[in-house]
Amino acid sequence: MSWEAPGGAFHPASTPDYLPVAQMRELQLARLRNVVRRAFERVPLFRQRLDERGFRPEHLGELADVRKLPFTTKADLRDTYPTGLFASPNDEIVRLHASSGTTGKPIVVAYTRRDLDVWTEVMVRAFAACGLNHGDVVQNAYGYGLFTGGLGAHYGAEALGATVIPASGGNTDRQIMLLKDFGVTAICCTPSYFIYVLERAAELGVSIRDLPLRAGIFGAEPWTESMRRHIETLGAIQAFDIYGLSEIIGPGVGIECAFHDGLHIFEDHFYPEIVDPETGRALEEGEEGELVLTTLSKQAMPMIRYRTRDITSLKAETCACGRTVRRIARIGRRSDDMFIIRGINVFPSQIETALLAVEGTVPHYQIVLTREKGLDSIEVQVEVTPEVFGDTVGSMEGLQHRLAHALERTLGLRADVTLAAPRTIQRSEGKAKRVIDKRNLTEAPNENTPTLALPRK
Amino acid sequence: MKIHQLSLFLENKPGQMAAPCRLLASSGINIRTLTMADTQRFGILRLIVSDWQQSKKMLEDAGYLVNVAEVVAVEVADRPGGLVDLLDLLGQANMNIEYMYAFTFGRGGRAALIFRFDRPDEAIEQLRAAGLNVLADVEVYERIEG
Repeated sequence: MSWEAPGGAFHPASTPDYLPVAQMRELQLARLRNVVRRAFERVPLFRQRLDERGFRPEHLGELADVRKLPFTTKADLRDTYPTGLFASPNDEIVRLHASSGTTGKPIVVAYTRRDLDVWTEVMVRAFAACGLNHGDVVQNAYGYGLFTGGLGAHYGAEALGATVIPASGGNTDRQIMLLKDFGVTAICCTPSYFIYVLERAAELGVSIRDLPLRAGIFGAEPWTESMRRHIETLGAIQAFDIYGLSEIIGPGVGIECAFHDGLHIFEDHFYPEIVDPETGRALEEGEEGELVLTTLSKQAMPMIRYRTRDITSLKAETCACGRTVRRIARIGRRSDDMFIIRGINVFPSQIETALLAVEGTVPHYQIVLTREKGLDSIEVQVEVTPEVFGDTVGSMEGLQHRLAHALERTLGLRADVTLAAPRTIQRSEGKAKRVIDKRNLTEAPNENTPTLALPRK
Repeated sequence: MKIHQLSLFLENKPGQMAAPCRLLASSGINIRTLTMADTQRFGILRLIVSDWQQSKKMLEDAGYLVNVAEVVAVEVADRPGGLVDLLDLLGQANMNIEYMYAFTFGRGGRAALIFRFDRPDEAIEQLRAAGLNVLADVEVYERIEG
């Protein structure tokens, strides 16, 4: 990479993060034309879709014409499993990753040598935005393997010049030992896992706040400002939100800078749009909707207008940090996580808000959906914490009622609250599984039930 | 002269009560008395044990949520009407009882009542003034052993 400052340290100002906007748009248009041509020539599904519209790559006159292109969805990746959307021959593909595929077939993503270089480049820029550089010790607790988190963060931190500890996920006691013994200054993992690390460290008598650790790069699941406050207060670190998805590249699509005012999108590689999740209509800057991304430089697997299912908005003004690339608002919810119960759209983040209002912190919780005689019920299981445990039945029932009331007020429907003993709700070492849907939703979907809707404010 | 009672949060499922009791038994801790407050969904197991500090630590290390409450143990005569006299006294003094339970020492014709008051210090004062014997941690234990 060519951003070595004379002293040898990486200098973030040498990256396209600070490119004048007009120059960025020019670069994006040129790259968009290339990638659309590549997909058109090499991906039969994409070609067929353009043909149906009578659209040719050369019809792309300006950036706004991107809206004339068809969307790509997760279903497209599944339907063409495993290699149907590849745009490079086998001998140019140097890496494959795959999603866990909890609902049916996994999705597979491919990289050429240059794709991996781009991935590493954006991860270097991401770590730099978090203030990391040579001399930092990065513990990478994202899972190594088919999941993109592990290797993505690994190569980025290594290329930055930091010392990388490839801890991978799990084995929490060892994670804590490494943090303590190796002078770790930054950790990469999911935010829910780090909260578990804090819990476990306290049990082991290790004070994370007294360690050199100063930054956490947290991603791979939606999280909230209350979780950030919890992490920053207990851990005495700065928590950075990192955004990415395997379909686009993995982690490194966007990152917060030290101002924590949205996530900078590395838009010289990933072109962002916001659309209405129901109609697909393009929305204006600042409007909230679904994030759609186009990979501008991907070779092995170009994604044109990929529907991320993440709900956010775009911000164009230059950030206080000086970066000119656009930002997205933090993603608190995915239209995927959303569940519909009795016709009402519910996001786990709303449940968190209600729990926070009652208890002052967010306890460990799980949502269980059941259906009996055609009627759906929602049960929220909440672990009792020492702060709220009183020894009278009245105080505990009072807590139960206050939680139920807060949930009903926030969600607009009655939720059952079950108080659970500490550490009885399963901890995840990857993405937290908040919703257990036990309803048997195999009947034909009701035509009148919206499958996707914007969250209520 | 308050005594320390441990309260454990338990889910209302089979086997939940046996586990903490077994844990205490394995360390030779004697449960002087206990009571279970149960609801449909959860229960609160309240224990008076021979060594509340060690018990608390052991239970917490095993992952239990343990609350320490200061309760008042009062000695009464183990005869018909022994309780009523005491309750009348508390009623007249306008002392609110959050909950209570009782046990006998098995000899000597005496019984002990455990009270959780919202204003324990005031209650102790009233009980003492009426000439009742308010027991300390060590006394409760010794009387059982003795």
